[in-house]
Amino acid sequence: MNQSNPSPVAGANAAAENAYVQIRGLRTVLNGKIIFDGIDLDIPRGKITAIMGPSGTGKTTLLRHITGQLQADAGEIRVDGRNVPDLSRNQLFDLREKIGYLFQNSALLTDFSVFENVAFPLRQHLRLPEELVRNIVLTRLQAVGLRGAADLMPAEISGGMARRVALARAIIRDPSLMIYDEPFVGLDPIALNQVLKLIRTLNDTLGITSILVAHEFAAVRRAADHVYLIAGGKVAAQGHPDELAERDSPWTRQFFGGEADGPVPFQYPARDYAADLGFPAGAV
Amino acid sequence: MTQPRRSFQVGTGLFILLGFSALAYLATQTTSVANYTQGDSYTLKAKFSNIGQLKLRAPVKLAGVRIGSVQSIELDPKSLEAVVVVGIDTQFKDIPDDSGAAIFTSGLLGDQYVGVQPGGSPVAFKNGDEFILTQSSMQLEDLIGKFLVSGDSSKTPPKADASTSDTVEPAPKNP
Amino acid sequence: MSAPRRPSMIGDSLAQIGAVGLFLFSILAAIPKSLRHFRETLRQIWFLGAMSLVIIMTCGLFVGMVLSLQLYYTLAKFGGTAALGTVVALSLFRELGPVVAALLFAGRAGTSMTAEIGLMRATDQLSAMEMMAVDPLAYVVAPRFIAGIIAMPLLACVFNTLGILGAHLVGVSWLGLDNGTFWGNMTSNVDVWNDLINGVWKSTAFGAVIALIATFQGYTTPPTSEGVAYATTRTVVSSSIVVLALDFVMTAFLM
Repeated sequence: MNQSNPSPVAGANAAAENAYVQIRGLRTVLNGKIIFDGIDLDIPRGKITAIMGPSGTGKTTLLRHITGQLQADAGEIRVDGRNVPDLSRNQLFDLREKIGYLFQNSALLTDFSVFENVAFPLRQHLRLPEELVRNIVLTRLQAVGLRGAADLMPAEISGGMARRVALARAIIRDPSLMIYDEPFVGLDPIALNQVLKLIRTLNDTLGITSILVAHEFAAVRRAADHVYLIAGGKVAAQGHPDELAERDSPWTRQFFGGEADGPVPFQYPARDYAADLGFPAGAV
Repeated sequence: MTQPRRSFQVGTGLFILLGFSALAYLATQTTSVANYTQGDSYTLKAKFSNIGQLKLRAPVKLAGVRIGSVQSIELDPKSLEAVVVVGIDTQFKDIPDDSGAAIFTSGLLGDQYVGVQPGGSPVAFKNGDEFILTQSSMQLEDLIGKFLVSGDSSKTPPKADASTSDTVEPAPKNP
Repeated sequence: MSAPRRPSMIGDSLAQIGAVGLFLFSILAAIPKSLRHFRETLRQIWFLGAMSLVIIMTCGLFVGMVLSLQLYYTLAKFGGTAALGTVVALSLFRELGPVVAALLFAGRAGTSMTAEIGLMRATDQLSAMEMMAVDPLAYVVAPRFIAGIIAMPLLACVFNTLGILGAHLVGVSWLGLDNGTFWGNMTSNVDVWNDLINGVWKSTAFGAVIALIATFQGYTTPPTSEGVAYATTRTVVSSSIVVLALDFVMTAFLM
């Protein structure tokens, strides 16, 4: 148990060996804006690791790096021992077959029913008898509590249900890594708790390594074993959520305490206010 | 869930079938393919001094009814005449061997075709026979020129073949 | 994806052409893999082809009828109404059939392709497929591309057939041209390879171009509703222009 290492590099000996995803010196520039400026990060095996940070810090971008959808400018991203930037398109597809990804907006295929959506990865990759497909899909739907909705179309179900269908789809092939991209956004408290419980259960029962990107600290606190706080292109803080909540750093205080102004400025970078309004400098 | 899948597959099949039958319809009903004699045919030769705008696969008609088509047009290097080979449907196998062939124009500006005027001989044409009596294409320019130069109609048109020019009218010798 | 637009028009359009070319290569590379999703291709032939039948048939009928009506009176001035069938068939097979059917196809099927793929992009469905290790080029784009190539010539043939029937309706049943003259003149002047099949090749090329443009616009659209709307418009505009330009090039150099 080394979730609260002060620095991932210092404690790398044990943690890195055990890490499912290992990121070193990640640098990314998108549209001239520095997103990541040398990030080191370890996702330990069999744990839920939360990645938090203000909007626009590139949490989704980080996930896209891990799954190889986006090339980083520099750095090493090892997923299960393989360096993602070096993989060919086919090798990437091989890698992704072991990753379950829950999208921010569920991303169900609108042409297919709930059942076919969940069955989609099976049908695409394996030639299974229809009977078996049906059984696998129904057990997954049962797990997320939506077996009764199997014949509905994605347009006919609510956002929370869609999120659970997407979750069933993501776990259909027994992934060894689950990635949740903001799974709680736009959910009412009931649906949020249902999804939260599912995430926790999946991890507890199947031991799936999980990456959880979320804003809701209360929810993260109940689910995650380890939290990385990313801000300004760096890892601003990390540790066990409970410990992090009590830590007294400007970043954690602003982010977990929800202060409007702090290290993350309220004002978007702008010219001098007074000059913009046409007053002599310093008049405002 | 197999039911809707099956139904659009059937629909797709029907659509492809419809498209191809449209293509087949167009090819066989509106193009010159329609003119290919499907059954067996036998060939006859005819020499013309001028074929005008006669083209390959132009129809061959008898009494206005299509009986075959032009199969080849060549120039005989010795006699300097055009040799037209026509294919006649075998169902019209009783065409008298003294019948004449002429090149006509359908309408004033229409396409040209080979017209057969039946003769009276009891012997029918055989495969490879040649029309003895032929009349070349009527050239509009020649007609006009002839009309302008003089009213002298006894003069043969300058381009018409002297030996065969005026023998087109059927000569009913015997039944 | 949503790179800021540069003001240089020429550089922009060159970059666009290059991007479309690269996209074409990636589609072609994905076609072998897409054969595994052959059912999806069939589905797309249904959606793009069979669903366009109504508009294609209606328009074909009216184009044939108006063509017959116009040409009849023009030909009557020269005493050449016998050539009506020929002229209608030649103009339909060689030009009007492939081109008008292609423009209709761009409006009916091209837009739906763009909008559908664009929405899949906007709602992360394409990324979701990538994450499920399903290549969206092979599963989404290539089947539509193949379906466009297959459906377009078939639609053009249906268009031509209805056009001929419409022309026959007006010329023979209404204006009183002789039935035998109509067909006889047509059959002796229309060549199956030079006129009919050449038109079919043309429409095959148009189908490929329209499907390429439509899928490209959908695939590369900015993932916003505004972006999808804009991409749909661009599909119609650019495929219409490209179809007409390609028509000229093919007519000039290949026929």
